[in-house]
Amino acid sequence: MFLIKANFTMKNENKVQYIFGIADNALILGQRLSELCGHGPNLETDIAMTNMALDLLGQTRSYYQYAAQLTEGEKTEDDIAFLRTERQYKNVLLVEQPNRHFGYVITRQFFYDVFHLLFLRELENSTDSTLAAIAKKGIKEVSYHQRFSSDWMKRLGDGTKESHEKVQEAVDDLWRFTDELFHMTADDTLAVEHHIGIDVKTLKDRYYQIVSEILEEATLKVPETKWFQKGGKQGIHSEHMGYLLSDLQYMQRTYPNMKW
Amino acid sequence: MTIQLEQHIDPELIPILEEVHDPEIPVLSILDMGVVRTAKVLDNIVKVTITPTYSGCPAMDVIGDDIVHAFEKVNIKAEVSLVLAPAWTTDWITPRGRKALERYGIAAPLEAEADKEVLLGGKRIVKCPQCSSPNTKVISQFGSTACKALFQCDDCLEPFDYFKCLK
Repeated sequence: MFLIKANFTMKNENKVQYIFGIADNALILGQRLSELCGHGPNLETDIAMTNMALDLLGQTRSYYQYAAQLTEGEKTEDDIAFLRTERQYKNVLLVEQPNRHFGYVITRQFFYDVFHLLFLRELENSTDSTLAAIAKKGIKEVSYHQRFSSDWMKRLGDGTKESHEKVQEAVDDLWRFTDELFHMTADDTLAVEHHIGIDVKTLKDRYYQIVSEILEEATLKVPETKWFQKGGKQGIHSEHMGYLLSDLQYMQRTYPNMKW
Repeated sequence: MTIQLEQHIDPELIPILEEVHDPEIPVLSILDMGVVRTAKVLDNIVKVTITPTYSGCPAMDVIGDDIVHAFEKVNIKAEVSLVLAPAWTTDWITPRGRKALERYGIAAPLEAEADKEVLLGGKRIVKCPQCSSPNTKVISQFGSTACKALFQCDDCLEPFDYFKCLK
């Protein structure tokens, strides 16, 4: 009897791309939340959102440090964060959507948190011990994020007439970006074949189930639209991404190699 | 960034490590905080590994530098590296550390279940570090740092930080 076993390892360059697909979401969402520092609706919420930004940037650093190691000295974590061009970022469109009103920020966060937690709970079983360790650490943090955003969805949805309308409008607007979370890229497929990565398609049903339950509890309507937008995972971003990156990369571009 | 299953600290290094404190909670030594995973001497160099409380904890860089400086003072070269697994938990805060937190005005973490009841269910059991009354409520699930939540005591009316349970 022959035992056929995939004994080859994933090429570093593919693994780096796979890591970008995970980490860029955390970087870009963290950047969006950082923009709110000092602008939250009240002090507590302001602090909460910047704390979540900090968690996300911390996770990003762990992923990027690992990716930098895999480039064998060719790139540093700062190069990866600050010196790529727009098309080289592989985050989903959802996380780059701009901060509008508070309900919009919370809805974007909620849509991502539910996915993020499901994703990390799978990634912690990765055969890649570094990715598994980053995921284990992240789960503890992201559980808090999901609690926070779910709580606010309920408060706003089941709050005043105005808060209900605004958050429903945000749900309707951002819904079209949710399907992309479950698209597989070529590097995702490779990573799954090597038991390193997650088949995100398998998270989809559970995701919509959790999201729908919370929306219903928040007295919000689950959108029925079947039209979804995609592109971020291939590096084709919305018009907002360029502005975000010019802000994010400003210091490194203006003062190359500067250090804090 | 690697994985470090066992905690191992050479006893002779403890007095020096005890001198290093968490910059955000200065009453707590990094040993009481439970962030030091290993410390041992290899070829005349002290190798220390530390683990972050939260991924983005900005105190880690400072703690790393402070460890190097503490050993420099006694003419020992030290190298510090970061490990991520196993992930830090509030269980690693020592009993002495918990007391130091309370004295400093930060309520120490409860067990996971009770923590949930407090943060989500609004149960009033966290004791106010100022007046010891359990008549306290959550103001915000996130406090002055990622590891703490903001509380208020309804008896003495003082606001205070509660160290969130992390497991």
